[in-house]
Amino acid sequence: MIEVSLEVNGTARALRVEARTTLADALRERLGLTGTHLGCEQGACGACTVLLDGEPVRSCLLFAVQCAGHSVTTVEALASEGLLHPVQRAFHERHALQCGFCTPGFLTLLAGTLDRAVELGTTLEERDLAELVGANLCRCTGYRPILAAARQAAAEMGVWSAPG
Amino acid sequence: MKPQSFAYVATSTVEEAVRALGEAGEDAKVLAGGQSLVPMMNLRLARPSVLVDINPIADLAGVEVGPARLSLGALVRHRSLELGVSPGALGRLLREVAGHVAELPVRVRGSVGGSLAHADPAAEWCLVAVALGAEIELAGPGGRRSLGAEEFLEGPFSTALAADELVVAVHLPLRAGWAYGFAEHALTHGSFAQAGACVGLELLDGVVAGCRIAVMGTSGRAERVPAAEAAATGRPAEAAPDAAAEATRDALAPTGYGEVTSDYLRALAAATVRRATAAAATGTVEAR
Repeated sequence: MIEVSLEVNGTARALRVEARTTLADALRERLGLTGTHLGCEQGACGACTVLLDGEPVRSCLLFAVQCAGHSVTTVEALASEGLLHPVQRAFHERHALQCGFCTPGFLTLLAGTLDRAVELGTTLEERDLAELVGANLCRCTGYRPILAAARQAAAEMGVWSAPG
Repeated sequence: MKPQSFAYVATSTVEEAVRALGEAGEDAKVLAGGQSLVPMMNLRLARPSVLVDINPIADLAGVEVGPARLSLGALVRHRSLELGVSPGALGRLLREVAGHVAELPVRVRGSVGGSLAHADPAAEWCLVAVALGAEIELAGPGGRRSLGAEEFLEGPFSTALAADELVVAVHLPLRAGWAYGFAEHALTHGSFAQAGACVGLELLDGVVAGCRIAVMGTSGRAERVPAAEAAATGRPAEAAPDAAAEATRDALAPTGYGEVTSDYLRALAAATVRRATAAAATGTVEAR
């Protein structure tokens, strides 16, 4: 077992884990943060996406021991002080989920990417958003409401580059 | 599924990593971005007994622009290349190519050195390395050595790396007056490409004076197409794409698989060569 100290959702946490414990399993089974879902465990579906130092990553492809000294943000911490993140609110308003299994992964993917675009001062076009949501699998919605929510959140955050 | 147990060794210098690999023996693996290795471990297709983590080695994450070459540390992430690490024609090519590597969360972690060491036949960086004539720098117990990309990449998932060596950098030549282009065909954006091409053109007064063309998807590794290079050389830039594509179609005899026939792969290779050559012919030229 290996001692790991990391920051999860703004709080310092210390864990004893096996080297083979993925970040996803550590979050779910050791910290009770079951908002992060595990679908394929081979990096294809994106359900387990979390933010590592602010950037979206697949938590099934990262060992918890690699996260020592780093900061992890899960879907549980996207809302702050009772206010939903613009991406969460857009998902709610645009009905961008049905069964909800993939939703935490889409929320962290989009929130992380749009927050970073705000920091970098860059904008995203329709094609960028389409490629971005293509990183994760949703088997219910057909993606159109997810794209509508992504556009709405990007516009609200000032990083949407509208066509024409 | 979950990976088999392994011993984890975090290293903070290249020498430490080489020593750890030497002590661990044949079934140790280097952990770089882990975006190909960890899926294989989760599926238990890979069962290393020791994992040597090189992510803490700060020296491997740097980018150096020299007078004659651009050097990328092995741990430079696809995402950094996509956001841009250097100006000019080569920097533009790297940005374009990086955007085609898998999906954004994979690009955040995945590294250029890991991609070269993994040597997937559909890996964009292997194609670029062969097309540009990159040097791959390796570190081992005897010190450093460099190999040309074509010598380094021996076949599908197979390289000249010894068990106690790791990739530390890739050096890409900066050629004044050269322009670059890239194209690939994948069934969906981010999935493994069925074929792709990377092209470098030296343009003098609108005429192709020098040319390097490589394709992937037509054999187990990225390969140059000398016939296409010869066909494009000496032609006006606007005639080069068709000439290179036609020569590619005539020169290659790829082996098909399943519904992907040899003819289909030849057509794809020719089409991507045409698109990549056209992109180079109309693109930015490397300054002096």
